[in-house]
Amino acid sequence: MKTRILVRLKPGVLDPQGRAVHHALEGMGFAGVEDVRVGRLIELDLADGTDEATITAMCEKLLANTVIENFTIEQAE
Amino acid sequence: MAFRAAVITFPGSNCDRDMAVALESVSGAAALRVWHGDAALPDRLDFIALPGGFSYGDYLRSGAMAAKSPIMRAVVDAASRGVPVLGVCNGFQVLTEAGLLPGALMRNAGQRFICRTVGLEVANTSSLFTHSYTRGDTLRIPVAHHDGNYFADQATLDALEAEDRIAFRYSEAVNGSARDIAGVLSANGRVLGMMPHPERAIEPAADPALGGADGRRLFENVIAALAKA
Repeated sequence: MKTRILVRLKPGVLDPQGRAVHHALEGMGFAGVEDVRVGRLIELDLADGTDEATITAMCEKLLANTVIENFTIEQAE
Repeated sequence: MAFRAAVITFPGSNCDRDMAVALESVSGAAALRVWHGDAALPDRLDFIALPGGFSYGDYLRSGAMAAKSPIMRAVVDAASRGVPVLGVCNGFQVLTEAGLLPGALMRNAGQRFICRTVGLEVANTSSLFTHSYTRGDTLRIPVAHHDGNYFADQATLDALEAEDRIAFRYSEAVNGSARDIAGVLSANGRVLGMMPHPERAIEPAADPALGGADGRRLFENVIAALAKA
């Protein structure tokens, strides 16, 4: 069971990495970039039947730091 | 009684020896060295130090993997019994990831690794780490980090200020930390996390550029406070 976890900085948390990427894109001449936020994609291959609550616990306890990050869980069949 | 301090080493720690040397220099007793995979701490500890470095190569987030290593369960237990814990740099990151201190340490606002000596203003003078300082004292202590930008939500920051839990603030802009916070105390004042490295400032050098002795007092404070207790 392939599961994708998207970890993103919470709205309002300054993202220096995103800002640097934003500046770099502008410096390369790409116009119209209004904002850049850099997140993290984690792919899990889980035993079939792993329940959502267990995946959520993995996210809350390790994969994301909920002080600064939100996460979304996508089942990719 | 000899001061019994433990220094935890994680794979990728690189200031563990400096920390052990500092503790021995100030206390006169050799620090006990503990490996991250150990399940238990030595008994009758007076003090636990989590050193700087890049534990687990900073995988996932700085301090995230170390916070889940076997020894950290024992450290969290010891802290809950009131054993003082100091986390410096990566050690501070580990303490926040382990939930012993609030907030998180994010990438420096300027994106760059910062390695220089900075001014630190003493904000708390009641904890066992800071009791001999006067509020507003300025120390010169080295920093060396990439992820030192302290973040917590406004309510947490307000609570930290109201509860006098900000130990040190940068006296100059360094890394983008919320409210210039450089060091934070736990609610009972016995766990301190700080990005600057007091263990790198324990001996007066002939050349001030080589550091100073401003970090020594922090260790002396701990030893004096525990001797009195």
